[in-house]
Amino acid sequence: MSDVVIEARDLRKSYLMGEIEVHALAGVSFDIQRGELLSIMGPSGAGKSTLMNILGCLSLPTSGDFILDGEHVSDLTQDELADIRNRKVGFVFQSFNLLSRSSALANVTLPMRYAGISNAERNERARKALESVGLGDRIYHKPTELSGGQQQRVAVARALVNNPAILMADEPTGNLDSKSGRDIMDLLLELNRDKGVTVIIVTHDPEIGAETDRIIRLKDGLLESDA
Amino acid sequence: MNIGGVIMEALESLNANKLRSGLTIIGMVIGVGAVIAMLSLGEGVQSSITGEINSLGSNLLIVFSGNDEEEVRNVEPLKEADVEALNDPFNAPSVDKAVATLGGNVEASYGGESGSYSLTGTTADYADVRSIEITEGEFLTDEHQLGVASVAVIGPDVAQQLFDRTEDVVGETIRLDGQPFRVIGLTKAKGGGAMGSEDDIIIVPMSSARTRLVTRSEYGQVDVLFIQAVDDDSVQEASDEVSEYLRERHRIDTGEADDFTVYTQESVAEMAESITNVLIIFLGGVAGISLLVGGIGIMNIMLVSVTERTREIGLRKALGAHKSHILTQFLTESALLSLIGGLVGILLGWGLAVGVGIYAESAGTDISPVFTANSILLATLFSAAVGIFFGIYPANRAASLEPVEALRHD
Repeated sequence: MSDVVIEARDLRKSYLMGEIEVHALAGVSFDIQRGELLSIMGPSGAGKSTLMNILGCLSLPTSGDFILDGEHVSDLTQDELADIRNRKVGFVFQSFNLLSRSSALANVTLPMRYAGISNAERNERARKALESVGLGDRIYHKPTELSGGQQQRVAVARALVNNPAILMADEPTGNLDSKSGRDIMDLLLELNRDKGVTVIIVTHDPEIGAETDRIIRLKDGLLESDA
Repeated sequence: MNIGGVIMEALESLNANKLRSGLTIIGMVIGVGAVIAMLSLGEGVQSSITGEINSLGSNLLIVFSGNDEEEVRNVEPLKEADVEALNDPFNAPSVDKAVATLGGNVEASYGGESGSYSLTGTTADYADVRSIEITEGEFLTDEHQLGVASVAVIGPDVAQQLFDRTEDVVGETIRLDGQPFRVIGLTKAKGGGAMGSEDDIIIVPMSSARTRLVTRSEYGQVDVLFIQAVDDDSVQEASDEVSEYLRERHRIDTGEADDFTVYTQESVAEMAESITNVLIIFLGGVAGISLLVGGIGIMNIMLVSVTERTREIGLRKALGAHKSHILTQFLTESALLSLIGGLVGILLGWGLAVGVGIYAESAGTDISPVFTANSILLATLFSAAVGIFFGIYPANRAASLEPVEALRHD
């Protein structure tokens, strides 16, 4: 397990806020190996979200090279980026971001719909994914009928269903009570340990950071430490 | 994604906000309903008028004094003598029969009942030329004409109103402007029409009308000539012969305008059609405005929906949706809104038009709305097109959202 899944070379990202140019990322480089469990930490405004958006292919760096699972991402079109996200990235958000009108099963099938997978296979894979996160008996429940922890499990199942190269979790326990938060952390650790999923957690919570094997700390858009 | 899935998802999302979707659909229902009702009623009026004109009689020419298109001084009225001359095949070989009429209104009474009716003074051939059928008694004859007889042929509406029956009326004596006339015939009901009923007429001999009921300034003056051509193909020839001959009799120099106007049944039908076409366009246009308002309603609601669902759009994009997926999703929703509205609107419009038709019939005018497969297909396609057209802007807005920005939205 030593192949590189992410290569980041001198990533820079700047925005114009009014007349002032803000450098959210001022040149960040690192590699991530397949199967790693790491967290990205730092005070707010340090560039965590910007880095996460670039690693998750939600936005492009202003300059620098970013290679995800062997693909150069830096100069792709929006639709090409969407395909990369669809195939290689699984997202878990702080606020779950489930479709409230749709059942757990339908929510989990969503990424596969954009991947052009047949209806029968979608349902089969979504069912398995939900079973693997312990929700096999709740696949037809709507998000409003599920607890916060269960909703986040649905989100994890959705993130995994296309077998992505990386799983990006943005404050995955931020909206949960400590027990459900613990459950979700255990689920992520288990996925990493047992199934070899590369997990990247963005957080400002030192306790969560302490559970990961590696912590990338950002400060003012620069790498403060990487250990 | 397959089409069925896209449609199911769109229905689900419309269903999630029933009240809002329902109100938006009502806007389309009213728009499409109004267009369908107006167009079908317009077509109904048109076909009723055309039918009316065709029922005037066959191969018919109508000649009026005066000229609508060009100014003519010293208009010479049409005369009985003109008719006699036109009936001579030597003068106008394509003319089968020509009759003259004098027209006016007359007060008719019988017992305690009275009413005002349109009066026609004419000759025996009028029945043939105007395709009038007699159900009881007989039509006017040449003897009545020569004898200036006080006899009248009446329509069924007149009989109904004066005698309260539409049979067994021959032999009764009615008073026309106070003078006694004997009823000798009853015409067959033709039904009312857009150009006035043919059933409330009173027909008397020309000679009797002239001496007792109608006064005209010149000797032998008549109002309208009805001329029947020998057959369908010779209508135009007959029209030319009549024009030429009347110009000669009225001593009109070459290059000067006619002081009379010849209408063929066809030209009247064309004129009526062009008038009713304007009517249809006007009605359709007014109704079209409500369709436009319905479309704007869709656009409005879709814009609200895009704003509300910004996070959802961001999520879909994060999970791999292309711009086109989002565009299709929102366009499908707006097209469905208007298509559903359109289908219900077709039913409403149909009901409305039938209702108006029934009301018009009870009021004595025959307007049966005309529904063609074309107009229904057109309305369906048009309403879907309205949905897509007014959906493009909101859908495009949704599709162009940046995933990062959209996900951050709350």
